[in-house]
Amino acid sequence: MSFPWAKQYQPTSAVGKWMDERLPLTRFVFNALGPGYPTPKNLNAFYNFGVLAGVALVIQIITGVVLAMHYAANTGIAFDSVEHIMRDVNGGWMLRYMHAVGASFFFGVVYIHIFRGLYYGSYKPPREVLWMLGLVIFLLMMATAFMGYVLVWGQMSFWGAQVITGLFSALPVVGTSIQTWLLGGFSPDNATLNRFFSLHYLLPFVIFGVIILHVWALHIPGSNNPTGVDVKSEADTVPFHPYYTAKDFVGLGVYLIIFSAFVFFMPNSLGEPDNYIPANPLSTPPHIVPEWYFWPFYAILRAFTTDFLGVPAKLWGVLAMFSSILLLFLLPWLDTSPVRSNNYRPLSRLLFWVFVVVAVVLGVCGGKPAEEPWVRLSQVLTAYYFAHFLIILPIVSKLEKTKPLPGSISEAVLAKYGSKAAGGAAPAAQPAE
Amino acid sequence: MASDVRQTAADDLAPGGERRRDFLYVATAAFAGAGVVPVAWSLVNQMNPSADVLALASVDLDLSSVQPGQAIKASWRGKPIFARQLTPDEIAAAKKVDISTLRDPQKLEDRTKPGNEQWLITLGVCTHLGCVPLGAAEGESRGDFGGYFCPCHGSHYDTAARVRKGPAPKNLEVPPYTFKSPTSVTIG
Repeated sequence: MSFPWAKQYQPTSAVGKWMDERLPLTRFVFNALGPGYPTPKNLNAFYNFGVLAGVALVIQIITGVVLAMHYAANTGIAFDSVEHIMRDVNGGWMLRYMHAVGASFFFGVVYIHIFRGLYYGSYKPPREVLWMLGLVIFLLMMATAFMGYVLVWGQMSFWGAQVITGLFSALPVVGTSIQTWLLGGFSPDNATLNRFFSLHYLLPFVIFGVIILHVWALHIPGSNNPTGVDVKSEADTVPFHPYYTAKDFVGLGVYLIIFSAFVFFMPNSLGEPDNYIPANPLSTPPHIVPEWYFWPFYAILRAFTTDFLGVPAKLWGVLAMFSSILLLFLLPWLDTSPVRSNNYRPLSRLLFWVFVVVAVVLGVCGGKPAEEPWVRLSQVLTAYYFAHFLIILPIVSKLEKTKPLPGSISEAVLAKYGSKAAGGAAPAAQPAE
Repeated sequence: MASDVRQTAADDLAPGGERRRDFLYVATAAFAGAGVVPVAWSLVNQMNPSADVLALASVDLDLSSVQPGQAIKASWRGKPIFARQLTPDEIAAAKKVDISTLRDPQKLEDRTKPGNEQWLITLGVCTHLGCVPLGAAEGESRGDFGGYFCPCHGSHYDTAARVRKGPAPKNLEVPPYTFKSPTSVTIG
């Protein structure tokens, strides 16, 4: 499961030894996040975001459990109970803002974490299952965030529930029955709110379980690194603790400073003001938009405006939106280049940044009303999104002339910093990049 | 006694390779499956609309205050209902359309009751993703075809509430209803 030079756990006290023979929990943590996990020594700041995502989940669970003590999942009083939390519950405003801003930040760090994986080829063998488990977590997060947003029972909550469950009505034959089944009625109502509350409470713990699998799958091959080259010897690694625990705590400090700035000074800047209007089933807000972290997918959904190939526009939009994520499960087999890191793939690196821009601009389109030029732009970018994965990447990974890889992680590190560290005494290393 | 006890599983092997114990496995699995299926179905079916939700099935509407060109909104099964009295011009406009050009071909006659053709009663639920279209209340946009306009994703409906433009796949749904008197209907 780990490298042969990994430090072995040695209980230091009699109690520790007694426990280790019965339930080796400390040994488990030692090997997972402690000195027993040898980690590539060249990880940069982008490798901090997995830990940050874990912290973000813990913040959501803690604040969420506390909010649930004051919230009432009933359409008659749900909105008022949220206002009760904001105005009457001691410190309730802070807990709710932490939970709402925390959701945005959770997605923010997860998006950086995903793009980190894309850039350094962390989805490639032998980490395909690790990648796919990450996507499962991402899908669960999306479901959880959506249902949590509905609980507020404001206008955006209600109409978001209407639109998202309406996606399933696009399916032929069984669509309407599925929508009715999901809602527990013919429109979002008390049954819907109650089941969403139940599932919103459950799913974070499911996410926690999948994260354990994700970390397990990470520890089989060990972490990838910015060179994408496999660990070859002990010289390539440092123990996770204290090296990366210390580094991750620095990143965590920065994260919490930015998080606090949002919670305390601009808590509503990431949300939609319309959700402070109580839900009204007889009036649609003029402009229904999800939270920012769903915008790129919302843009893909709305990009299909005409029927073609005998399939209605609505079904196209729904299929495209779901496949835009499901497609990522196939990524390890679409990108066949043996070189992992884009640092050594000049063309692929350029295309990565084009893809980042496409994803961000799709997000901008998704946040705008369904008008020109946003609809046309969404259509072009949606086409590019799919072309990137289905056409461009497979071809580029076959044809691209990659740069020579360093012989090892140590060699790459020494080439960059070696002469400085050794005071110029070291022989001039070959530049590897 | 010992000679009566079968020593190995091979003793059970019939010429076809089947063991008598296979029957026990199949019977056990079948018995367990017969128990699991109804329980699983109950767990799935509990999410369908409950009896009290289904009981709110019909609603009475008084149309006496609705002038030609006006509409009222009501709520049925938690969904909005638009009841609109069409003007003669609107009826003529709806009839003039060649239905073969429509995405969801229906005549005005298919969408109203005989003798009450001026009463256009539909769900106020866009068939795209379920928003409430504009056009029922005074002063709201009625779209490019004078009927209803859904602001969410830009679907336009004509004066028979048929989809003419935008992503919606179907015309606005006509709920089941009957006229109790010339100015009142029961929906559902």
